[in-house]
Amino acid sequence: MALPKYTETRYRIWHYFYISLCTFVFFFLIAPLFVIFPLSFNAEEFLVFSEGMKKLDPDAFSLRWYEEMIYGTKNPWGLAAKNSFIIAIFATIGSIILGTLAALGLSSRHMPYKGIIMATLISPMIVPLIISGVAIFFFMAKAGLAATHTGIIFAHIVLGTPFVVITVTATLSGFDHSVTRAASSLGSHPVNTFMKITLPLILPGVISGGLFAFVTSFDEVVVVLFLAGLDNTTIPVQMWTGLREQLSPTILAVATCLIVLSTLILVTAELLRRRSERLRGINR
Amino acid sequence: MSSETQKILTTDGVPLEVSLKKAEKRNKIKAFLLVAPLLLFLLITYIFPIAEMFTRSIDDRMVTNMLPKTFKSMEKWDGKELPSEEIFKSFYEDYKVLVEKKEHGKLGQRLNKEKNGFNSILKRLFRKISRNKIDESASIKEQIIGIHRHYSNVDYWRAIKRTAPPYTMNKYLKGMDMFLNEDGNITQVEEDRRIHRILWLRTLEIALFVTIFCFLMGYPIAHLLATLPMKYSNLLMICVLLPFWTSLLVRTASWMILLQQQGLVNDFFVLIGLVSDDNRPEMMYNKVGTYVAMTQILLPFMVLPLYSVMKTISPSLVRAGKSLGGTPFTAFWKIYFPLTIPGIGAGCLLVFILAIGYYITPALVGGASGTLISNQIAYHMKTTLDWSFASAMGLMLLTGVMVVYWIYNKLVGVDNIKLG
Repeated sequence: MALPKYTETRYRIWHYFYISLCTFVFFFLIAPLFVIFPLSFNAEEFLVFSEGMKKLDPDAFSLRWYEEMIYGTKNPWGLAAKNSFIIAIFATIGSIILGTLAALGLSSRHMPYKGIIMATLISPMIVPLIISGVAIFFFMAKAGLAATHTGIIFAHIVLGTPFVVITVTATLSGFDHSVTRAASSLGSHPVNTFMKITLPLILPGVISGGLFAFVTSFDEVVVVLFLAGLDNTTIPVQMWTGLREQLSPTILAVATCLIVLSTLILVTAELLRRRSERLRGINR
Repeated sequence: MSSETQKILTTDGVPLEVSLKKAEKRNKIKAFLLVAPLLLFLLITYIFPIAEMFTRSIDDRMVTNMLPKTFKSMEKWDGKELPSEEIFKSFYEDYKVLVEKKEHGKLGQRLNKEKNGFNSILKRLFRKISRNKIDESASIKEQIIGIHRHYSNVDYWRAIKRTAPPYTMNKYLKGMDMFLNEDGNITQVEEDRRIHRILWLRTLEIALFVTIFCFLMGYPIAHLLATLPMKYSNLLMICVLLPFWTSLLVRTASWMILLQQQGLVNDFFVLIGLVSDDNRPEMMYNKVGTYVAMTQILLPFMVLPLYSVMKTISPSLVRAGKSLGGTPFTAFWKIYFPLTIPGIGAGCLLVFILAIGYYITPALVGGASGTLISNQIAYHMKTTLDWSFASAMGLMLLTGVMVVYWIYNKLVGVDNIKLG
C-alpha cells in the first residue's frame, strides 16, 4: 500500500491513521487468543504473568496444569471431553443428513413456499439461544429426554442444521443441473445419481456445513445448561462453571487445546472453501 | 367453422398440458418430501415448543380449575355489593374440596398476590373446616363472615372474581414493570422497583453500542482485506477467522485474564503512566468489560458480510471518480460507501440480533451492571422457577428479534447469508 509521491500531506496522514487503525483492530482480534498459551504453562496457581515468566526463567514454566487436566483426581474434563465429542459427532451426523436433504429440496425450482420454509429452517440461528434453550427444555422435559445424551443431541441438531442448509444451498446455487439430467437420461436411478454425481460435487459444502454444525455443538453452552444433568456435562459447561467459581489454570490448559482444535478446523474449512470454489469454477 | 384448438397430445394420448401439470406436481411433491423430515423435526422439537411458551406465559387456569362452582355462581354478580348466600355456599363447597385434596395452600398463595391478607383469612376458614365447625344446614354466609370481618369486605370477593379468566396478561405487564390494580387498570410499579425496564434499556443500549463499535472497527479492516493483494489478505483473514472458529468461552476467558486488575491491559496502562500502580481501575465486572469482550467476539460477524460485499466492488470505480477530479474523500463517500450499504445492513443487523440475546459473556465479565435480559430469563428459569414469567420475557425478546429479522430478510434475504 505504498502511496504515490504526489499525495498531499493530509491524505498521507489520513492513510497512516487508517493503517494504524487497521493494525490495532487486527491486534485486538487476535491478541487475546495468544494470552492463553503462555499462561497455561504457568508454574504458579495465579492467572497472571509471574516475575519469573517475564524474565523467561525456565523454572517458571511447567506442564502441571496439563497433567492436572488429564490425570487430576476427581477432575471433570475427561468425562466432559468424552460427552462433548459423542454429542457433537452425533449432532453433526444428524444435522448433515437432515440439512443436506432439505437443501436439495430447497434448491429445486419446484419447491413451493420457498421463502417461508427457508426462514423457518434458518430460525434457530437467529432466535436468541436463551429462547431456544427454554423452548427445547420444555419439549425435552415433556418427552422425558431432559438430562439424556439423546436430548442434547436433538437440541444440537436443531441448532446445527441451519448452517448445513445455508452452506449446501450456497454450493447448489452454482450447481449445473444438466449433469444429473445427463445421468438420468443414461438410465441411472435417482439415488445412484445422487451418490455418484451430486454428492461428490456438493461434498465440500456438506463438509463445511458439517464443520459449522460440529463447532456449534462443541461450543454450545446455553442449551446444555438447561438440559444437562450431572452425567451429561460437556467441556463448555465445565468451563462455564470453572470461570464462575474457581478460576484455575487448568481451564487455560483446556482452552489451549480448544484453540489448537479450532485452528485445525479453520484450516480444513479454508481448504474446503477453496476447493469448492475451484470445483464451481469461481476464480477470484 | 371449428373454433376448438387442436390439443397437443403426448405419445400416450394424454393432452400435453395435463401431463405437464402432473409432472410439475410430482416435482413439487418430490422437492417438498426432501424438506419434510427437517421441517417436521423442527416443528416438533422447536417451533411448537416456542408456541407452547406462549400458552404457558398467559396460562392462569389454576384458580379457574380450583373454584369452578364459585365462578359459575359469580357470573351474574356485579361486584358492587357483598355476594349472595349462593356464592358463599359454592365458595365454601369448592374450598372444602381443596382442603380434602390438600391444595388449599396454593389457592391462598395465589389469592394473596391478588389481595394482601387473603392467605391469613383463608387459613382461618381452613381451621374451621378441618375441625368441622361449620354447620352446613345454617347460613354459610353468616358463618363465614363470622370467621373474619374481611369476609364482609367486597374487595376480597372482587379479587376472587379477577382470577376467574383462564388467561392473564399479568406476566407481560410484569415484564414491563406494570400491573393490574384492584380496579382493573394498568398501573406502573413504584419508581424504585422498576427493574425490568432498566434491563430492557440496558440490553438495547449494549446491543446498539456493540453494533456501532463493531461497525467502526469492522469497516476499515474489511476494506483493507478487500483491497489488499490476495496473498496478504489471506494471511490477515486468519486474524478474523481464527477468533470466529474459537470457542466463545475461550475468548471470554482470555478477556477475563486480560481485563483483571493485575491483568495485562492494566499492566500496560501502568507502564505508559496512564494510571498509577496502586490505583488500577476495575475493567471487568462492569459495562466496560461487556463492551470490550462482546465487540471482539462479534466483530467477525460484521467483517465477513462487509468483506463479501466489498470484494465485488471494482476498484476502477473509485479510480474513475478520482480521475474525474474527485478528492479521495469524495470518491470514497460518493462512490464506494453507497455501494457497501448492503454489507453494512447485513453486518449491523446480524451483530445486533446476536448481541441482543447474549447471555454467557455478560454473565461472566459483566458483573451486576452487565446483566442483560437473557440473564434475567435464565434466572427465572433456574432459580425462581417462574417458568411462565420466563416464557413471557422470552417471547417479548423474541418479538423484538423477529422484527429485526424481518427487516433483515427484506433488506438482505435469508438465503443470501454467507458463512466464511
